[in-house]
Amino acid sequence: MTKETAIIQGQNASSDQVSDQLSRAEHDHIIEVRGLRNQFGNFIVHDELDLNVRRGEIIGVVGGSGTGKSVLMRSIIGLKRPSKGIVKIFGHDFYGASSKEKIGIEQRWGVLFQGGALFSSMTVAQNVMAPLRAHLHLPDELARDIAALKISMAGLPPESGDKFPSELSGGMKKRAGLARALALDPEMVFLDEPTAGLDPIGAAQFDDLIVNLRNTMGLTVFMVTHDLDSLHAACDRIAVLSDKKVIVNGPIDEVRKLDHEWIQRYFSGPRGRAAVVAKDPNHVEDFKEKRSVIA
Amino acid sequence: MQIARFETGHKGDILTLDIFGDWTARHVGGIDAALRKFADKTIGRELIINLKEMKGLDTAGAMMIQRTFHSCQDRTHKSAIVGAEPGQESLLRQVLGHLEPCQIDPPQDSPFVTMLYRTGAGVSGVYYSTLELLNFIGLTLVTMMKVMVNPRRWRLASIAHHMEETGLNAVPIVGLMSFLIGAVVAFMGAKVLQQFNAQVFVVELVGIAVLREFGVLLAAILTAGRSGSAFTAQIGSMKIREEIDALRVLGLDPVEVLIVPRTIALVIMLPVLSFLAAALGIIGGGLAAWATMDISPALFMARTQEMVVLDNFWAGIIKAPFFAFVIAVIGCFQGMEVEGSAESLGQRTTLSVVQALFLVIVLDAFFAMFFLELNF
Repeated sequence: MTKETAIIQGQNASSDQVSDQLSRAEHDHIIEVRGLRNQFGNFIVHDELDLNVRRGEIIGVVGGSGTGKSVLMRSIIGLKRPSKGIVKIFGHDFYGASSKEKIGIEQRWGVLFQGGALFSSMTVAQNVMAPLRAHLHLPDELARDIAALKISMAGLPPESGDKFPSELSGGMKKRAGLARALALDPEMVFLDEPTAGLDPIGAAQFDDLIVNLRNTMGLTVFMVTHDLDSLHAACDRIAVLSDKKVIVNGPIDEVRKLDHEWIQRYFSGPRGRAAVVAKDPNHVEDFKEKRSVIA
Repeated sequence: MQIARFETGHKGDILTLDIFGDWTARHVGGIDAALRKFADKTIGRELIINLKEMKGLDTAGAMMIQRTFHSCQDRTHKSAIVGAEPGQESLLRQVLGHLEPCQIDPPQDSPFVTMLYRTGAGVSGVYYSTLELLNFIGLTLVTMMKVMVNPRRWRLASIAHHMEETGLNAVPIVGLMSFLIGAVVAFMGAKVLQQFNAQVFVVELVGIAVLREFGVLLAAILTAGRSGSAFTAQIGSMKIREEIDALRVLGLDPVEVLIVPRTIALVIMLPVLSFLAAALGIIGGGLAAWATMDISPALFMARTQEMVVLDNFWAGIIKAPFFAFVIAVIGCFQGMEVEGSAESLGQRTTLSVVQALFLVIVLDAFFAMFFLELNF
């Protein structure tokens, strides 16, 4: 395993090596989380959590239920102030920023919530236009064109523009939510379980869409997901949350080889194996060997 | 960061469009109209768009460039977009398939048709919602009867909870309001009665007004605002999150689980609140009379006991359970009518308070006529 791609905190990389790598790579880290602690009452969700996200990558955050994946995302996007630690995004310390700076930062990211979180009193297109109207002084005609563009790019048919969220299926809501997240051409999007609740065809299309958008628009994508297929198909790197920390952050092949109980159970379960086979049929043998070794 | 701009020109027959600056959503707002005007000229002509001098590009800018380019339909010969960097080129390609406009606003008919439609919907709405409300009242009554005969189905914990929410927690506000109203009635009455040198009748004024009307009405109005709206919001948000459906498929009757306990709790608590309101109203009136007219509390109480007969108290308190039933049923009914959006929840909550107040006042008027006939 190269240290460039997988940093295992506190295990086989000494702290000054880590900081050395950090200072070298600092300029292309779009998000830096340092020493994050989140707690609800006495229940500590995260403690001394570090995470880097590089510009232009698709990072998938995985972890068992209750390991605080969504809480981590909410801390980064400013919805849950951590009790300790620093969240740097686009080089700014978000929780130390002035409210004016915060508005500036918030225009540079887009967020897709789990259920889409569309404004229920507006049509899909009005939802997409909401951030445009709020932050940019655009002629109405142009705003409409941009909304139509984003709706189409998110994979919705043009006739869905004047539908209300209550008339949409779950998958369409997610696409509409993505269209709204992309409205301001953000540098970064946060996706909370983007493929949960979609049928496999829709989920695969959604993965393709995200990879495609990353490639053309240069997006950085932070994705909380449980979908092993998405992890294989879309993510460049995987951050695994466990024991209140990010225990590993690296490409999927390296993460999978790691000797950690939860990771092994996660990736070597029947679904994990199926996802590997789906991605690359040659892996079948590899896994058969592995199973025999474990057995 | 540079402001987006463009320059037009022509090489012989071919139009040229040179792009400068940042063509990003933030910066293209000012030139959209001019670019559309230019695009009208290019229809059917050849066009070369030069991106060499362009600084930044995002999907909004790319969309505008592609839109302009596509307005020249004769692209057989020399029409081209030149000078794009590879990244910009892929962005331009990306937006290409997505230029189709889409509907933004919900479809709307002409104002006249809309007016007709709304008038019709309003009229039939009154009819159908009255029917539905009557239906709902019947359903609630029947379910209440069924629950009554079977003590095991009394949801005492739930009833107690709602009694606390709607009754106990309302004590401070109801008490304060009726105390103040009692005082105000005494003050106003004192002014008029003084002219006839009949200040002492302020006792009857306060006693009868507060016992017969103000106490119970105040309690009912505050309850409609506090609890009726809360019932609608609680049940409405449960409806939105499919919790009502979940109850149904679990074999639980939402009317029995949600509505009957709320109704029973309110029917028990509103008379109590009315009693409290009446008592504090009289105290308020007494103190005001003491302060302005030197009618001592002892005299005030003695005269109240003598002149304000018990009938007045019963005439007020008997109305409370009926008001309570109306408020609870309307609140729950409107909650069950919530559909889909947060907006619907808001509308229904407003409706619930307005309808409950309206019906309480109407009911009060009926009681007044009824008591008049009875000489009660």
